[in-house]
Amino acid sequence: MSSNKKYWKSVEELNENSSIVEALQQNEFVEAIPTDEFLGDKETLESSSTSRRDFLKYVGFSTAAASLAACEGPVIKSIPYINQPTEIIPGVANYYATTIADGYDFASVLVKTREGRPIKIENNTDAGTNGVANARVNASVLGLYDNLRVKSPMKGDSKISWDTFMSETTSKLNSLNGKQIVFLTQSMPSPSTDKLIATFKSNFGNVNHVTYDAVSESATLDAYQAKYGTRGMANYDFSKAKTIVSIGADFLGDWQGGGFDSGYSVNRIPQNGMMSRHIQFESNMSLSGANADKRVPLTPSQQKLALAKLYSEITGNSAGGVKLPEGLDAAIKAAAVELKKAGSNGVVVTGIQDVNAQSAVLDINTSLRSKAFDPGTTIKTRLGSDKAVTQLVADMKAGRVGAIIMNGVNPMYTLPNASDFKEGLAKTELSVAFSMKQDETSTNCHYIAATPHNLESWGDFEFKSGHYSMMQPTIRPLFDTKQFQDVLMAWTDTTGTYRDYIKSVWTQNVLNGSSFNQAVQDGVFITGSAQGGSGLNRSSTTVASSTNKLNDKKDRTFLGGVIHDVAVGVGIKDEDKEEYTTTTSSSTTINNATGNNTDVASVLTGSAAARALAQTASGTGMELSLYTKTGMGDGQQANNPWLQEFPDPITRTTWDNYLTVSKADADRLELENWNEANGGLNGSYAKVSVNGAEAITVPVIIQPGQAKGSVGLSFGFGRTSKALKEEMKTGVNAYPLYQNFKDVQNVSIEKAVGSHEFACVQLHNTLMGRGDIIKETNLEVFNTYKYNDHKHGWNKTPQVSLNHIETPVTSPDVDLWDEFDRSVGHHFNLSIDLNACTGCGACVIACHAENNVPVVGKSEMRRSRDMHWLRIDRYYSSEDSFESDLEKKENISGLGSSLSEFGELENPADNPQVVFQPVMCQHCNHAPCETVCPVAATAHGRQGQNHMAYNRCVGTRYCANNCPYKVRRFNWFLYNKNDEFDYYMNDDLGRMVLNPDVTVRSRGVMEKCSMCIQKTQKTILDAKREGRLVKDGEFQTACSAACGNGAMVFGDINDKDSKITALKEDDRMYHLLEYVGTKPNVIYQTKVRNTSKA
Amino acid sequence: MKKSYQSLEDNPINNMKQVIYCGLTSKIYSLCIVLLLTFSTSLTAQEGDPANGKSLYNSNCAACHKLDSDMTGPALRNVEARLADEEGLDRTWLTDWIHNSSAVIKSGDAYGNKIFAEWNNTAMTPFPQLSDQDISDILAYTAQPKAEPVVADGPTGVPVQEGGVSNDLILGALALLFALLAMALILVNKTLNRFADAKGIEVPSKDKRTPLWKAFVQNQFLVLVTAIVFLLASGYFVYGYFMQVGVDQGYEPVQPIHYSHRIHAGDNGIDCKYCHSSARVSKTSGIPSLNVCMNCHKSISEVSPETLAEGDEYGVDYNAEIQKLYDAVGWDGTGYTGDQKPVKWIRIHNLPDFAYFNHSQHVEVGGIECQTCHGPVEEMEIMYQHSSLTMGWCINCHRETNVKVKDNEYYTKIHEELSKKYGVEQLTVAQMGGLECGKCHY
Repeated sequence: MSSNKKYWKSVEELNENSSIVEALQQNEFVEAIPTDEFLGDKETLESSSTSRRDFLKYVGFSTAAASLAACEGPVIKSIPYINQPTEIIPGVANYYATTIADGYDFASVLVKTREGRPIKIENNTDAGTNGVANARVNASVLGLYDNLRVKSPMKGDSKISWDTFMSETTSKLNSLNGKQIVFLTQSMPSPSTDKLIATFKSNFGNVNHVTYDAVSESATLDAYQAKYGTRGMANYDFSKAKTIVSIGADFLGDWQGGGFDSGYSVNRIPQNGMMSRHIQFESNMSLSGANADKRVPLTPSQQKLALAKLYSEITGNSAGGVKLPEGLDAAIKAAAVELKKAGSNGVVVTGIQDVNAQSAVLDINTSLRSKAFDPGTTIKTRLGSDKAVTQLVADMKAGRVGAIIMNGVNPMYTLPNASDFKEGLAKTELSVAFSMKQDETSTNCHYIAATPHNLESWGDFEFKSGHYSMMQPTIRPLFDTKQFQDVLMAWTDTTGTYRDYIKSVWTQNVLNGSSFNQAVQDGVFITGSAQGGSGLNRSSTTVASSTNKLNDKKDRTFLGGVIHDVAVGVGIKDEDKEEYTTTTSSSTTINNATGNNTDVASVLTGSAAARALAQTASGTGMELSLYTKTGMGDGQQANNPWLQEFPDPITRTTWDNYLTVSKADADRLELENWNEANGGLNGSYAKVSVNGAEAITVPVIIQPGQAKGSVGLSFGFGRTSKALKEEMKTGVNAYPLYQNFKDVQNVSIEKAVGSHEFACVQLHNTLMGRGDIIKETNLEVFNTYKYNDHKHGWNKTPQVSLNHIETPVTSPDVDLWDEFDRSVGHHFNLSIDLNACTGCGACVIACHAENNVPVVGKSEMRRSRDMHWLRIDRYYSSEDSFESDLEKKENISGLGSSLSEFGELENPADNPQVVFQPVMCQHCNHAPCETVCPVAATAHGRQGQNHMAYNRCVGTRYCANNCPYKVRRFNWFLYNKNDEFDYYMNDDLGRMVLNPDVTVRSRGVMEKCSMCIQKTQKTILDAKREGRLVKDGEFQTACSAACGNGAMVFGDINDKDSKITALKEDDRMYHLLEYVGTKPNVIYQTKVRNTSKA
Repeated sequence: MKKSYQSLEDNPINNMKQVIYCGLTSKIYSLCIVLLLTFSTSLTAQEGDPANGKSLYNSNCAACHKLDSDMTGPALRNVEARLADEEGLDRTWLTDWIHNSSAVIKSGDAYGNKIFAEWNNTAMTPFPQLSDQDISDILAYTAQPKAEPVVADGPTGVPVQEGGVSNDLILGALALLFALLAMALILVNKTLNRFADAKGIEVPSKDKRTPLWKAFVQNQFLVLVTAIVFLLASGYFVYGYFMQVGVDQGYEPVQPIHYSHRIHAGDNGIDCKYCHSSARVSKTSGIPSLNVCMNCHKSISEVSPETLAEGDEYGVDYNAEIQKLYDAVGWDGTGYTGDQKPVKWIRIHNLPDFAYFNHSQHVEVGGIECQTCHGPVEEMEIMYQHSSLTMGWCINCHRETNVKVKDNEYYTKIHEELSKKYGVEQLTVAQMGGLECGKCHY
């Protein structure tokens, strides 16, 4: 059939007279290709000295020369010390106890140094307080080797010397004519710095010290200050709580400074049939919500009502007419009943940033006489005041501030009204930013005072009243830097070094006769009065014994409500001198070290607070909850590639922040998530605006468990400035939405055009009823039935068919393999307790640091080419619980509708149960990877480890295909010294963090978890050299050492008395995918949820 | 950059032989002179025994005094004669001074105080334990005239010679003989042919056969076999070539300081682990830091003339090398100037990054002698790589070496169980699991 259709190739063809159309009909191109230009005329071509033959000769010669040269080894220089320090032995690591305190994270840590280079951060297990490093603290060692650090003091864009800096700033400070000098600092609970600032105040007169937390806890601080007189936060020890009710508090995350998770985990492991019960009311899906036994999603405004309701239920005081939806009302009542039943074993916490909410919680806990609630110990890791900061910005704008000196803060990035701040900054006569970076703020200041990293500095901190932590340098400053305190000392003409200054302050006020050197060596010092009262006891046995001791002290605390002189250095020596006060007004020792005078009188207490709370709870439209991510925190470490590539525990997404939206709201707003053909996750964009202000465009992730009517967005992303490499400028900045420092905002949301490419490492979100990946049961079943009970067993050994007879997979009859004898020497096992694991991810970063795991970048992550040796899988239930998933799967008939029913199982529920499962190489005794390697690059060791010889690997990737656990990682590229992967391994400075005992892998080889064989081998060698046996607990992997929750235990099962042997024989023990018969050396402990059967 | 290799064959030993031969006569002369001199000096200082004096001097005085130059204390060559001539002080004064110099100073002795002031008011350590005989021995030693710079060739030992030349001679003679014989045979053949010609005798000429090479080419079987042999042979050599790539056995680079292990570990018998102390506890044996060198070299600024003479064989001035050390640490003979320059040694033993080796495991736990892997270091003038350091070399040793389990509690149980399992008393490293990949590669 002929057609008269005419196909137009371009609009030009419409023009009949166009010469171009004519030309194109004849020729491919409109104009002739200018071949002459590159061929030239024949003459020049022929006279050229380089003929084609010559060219080939050169190519041949250079190829031959290159290959010959490759046969010659390079000459390697080796330069010894001229005068070797006595404490350094090349090849042997030194450990220093110090502190990481960046204003957001506070931890007492041990730093591993090799040949004087800090290479890894480990937990200081001797520290009672904050001795556990979270993911960000673990990663902070990389910040030391950040190539974008400011390398000397700067004036504008030019480098200056410290002498110039000092003389110019000093003369400026002296010529302010009485105008205000303002210190704007991060939270620094540092006794010596406080004293230095006090000296400065007395020298210069009109000085104001404002403490500023990027993510404010001001409401908590105000409420505590009003009730107890001291600015700080009440201490909680969740290891003493049997019933925990949290209303919007992500206390396993960064709530009130963080560091509560190790105490929490103690009671999560069922012992003698008991474990704690955790009920969480929240809007965003947080780590705490994911770990809760019962999680109730509700919007932020409902949270306030819920808290008011809970208050009235427990204290019996009316909170006014609180109207909650029926289901919520019942949930709150049920929680109140449980709390009342628990009595002093219960505790309530809240994260609502509202003074009334916080003071209601203090009242609830007081009325419960909660053992976990310890208001006598003040947490001081957040000290900021919203009012003071707001006042400061106003003062600056009004030109009342003569000089502003900032330390460790970045208000131009973190302030919601950054433009006001900028305006005010321009009106100051002197602005100095003590900063490690040319960040958003410091580039707008007159001077940048280059500060050293925590690992290069001295410092002292009082984390909690009476709990001191010491910071000592672990390396000489890499650059020409001076710390804030050094400069303060110079400004105030204080002689000596800052170390000497700390020593004198400590000797006078803190140590009470103890040795300073000992305190430096330990990294921590706990005053006598504080010793009994707190300290997160991780091992359950010590908890049991110490609880009795603590009871009477606690109870006495509640008689009055306050022990108020557990303040700096006072210490209660004589118990009779203890002074109890019943009202807050008589508290005299307001330890207002930072000078933030909050108007404490305006804070309501008791039922008035609850009533006010219920009244303020109004939500219109969508409510946005701003939160901090486990990886990024407040965003000051945004240039840290380890943290950028760290998958968020909940969404498993890297290199991004996003708006979390519930499924229902997403459907309503037509927001979508979908997977591309290459597996990458895509999402729609949404425009979010507060009060009709300028909208920001954010990618959307549909988050199961997100309360309907609420959305979440994390801080810490969207950084700009010279402080970051281009690759690290990811995500959007949420701080502009943080109006008036309220983390809950009413927002309007609409769909925006385009789609966003995420780098999400987990494609499948549900287990689809495959209960043998994660075994889970509830406490009732756990206590009632044996694990292998025929009908109700909750940890039954999988059966396989042998000649049509069901045979346990552990039977040798169904095994393809011969069993090796591993009874001699060591046999390593790693136990992972799914009950104690909170998903915090410290192990992931510790593994990164220990094993030189490369960073691959967002686009590679999106292609599922992540290199993490250890991942923490997160699964949602598709029904309300995992048990119902199982039931549903069992009941699928296989007829008719089964496909759609299985399809339903793929979708997580609106409020799913969540479970975390760390997965690394399982070190199978019968490893499928080993048999398929054509070059025997992976082989089994007698000690249970599955070895990987990189130099033998040719990269066929058969092993990865044959691995049922998908834990093998292939080096698609050369990730070090490669400009395409310009992360820390691409510069000399960044490479200083590499562990010299572990090979840096090259392109084309497979790699995987080695069970830290370098660490086990070292432990063995140490024992051999000393001619002794290895003690239990000496063997550690990087992940087990980093786990402060006791979820990961590593050891030798041939040592019959070891902890790991007991865990291996525990009823809860199971292997991942046991029916495959791989006999892994990594064991898991069945997750038990404290839920009733219903 | 290229490595400078020096094969073992052209080791100094060969060169030495020739040198020795050349300088033989002159050496005998010099020996005589030295002997004569020694004899004559011993005649002058009658009571003292300079040999005993030398050992006493080295153990008591050498830390602060040199014979010919000032150190912490003044030079002592001919001290007795000088004192007697210049100051008129006798042996008694000297004995008192040596026994307790501060007493002499306190007594108000003029010269004693002058010396004391001259040397920064530092009193000499008293040596009350030295007997009069000891002192006279020492003085006898100091009274020896300065040794002539010893003739510039070779050690003073009795040289091993002959060998070389006579071999050459014999070989030469033999070669000549063969040449003569060959000539004679050709001549005889020629003569006989001529006779035959002259006599008209037909020399039976053989049939013209196909030339050998043609026959060879025609024989396909032979061609095949040859080709196979050729390929195998070349394969063997190619394999051999590739197998030595990256294997630096015998690598002997020129170092920034000519450091002689022969003198330190050999002649002076210093324990390896005195300098390489981290081999006891660390994975690396460690190149000693320069402060370790200065432990001794603070007082050893120049070598003995004999040693200096030995240096000529290697074309090195040891004193100049010690000076390089001083330049690096910034030592001006009396104190540190603070002007330091790191020494950039060239690393000889290079394991690839993917192989983990721990010295303390082998040295401390295994009790392996350093020489097992590093060869006769105490004989090496310049350090070179003795072993191949290939994996096969490691593995062979692990197969053959028994683990030292005695008196080590760590091994007690493992040894008991394993020896029962394998039915042997002595366990090799391999049986302990020392062949597993992951033990060295991670």
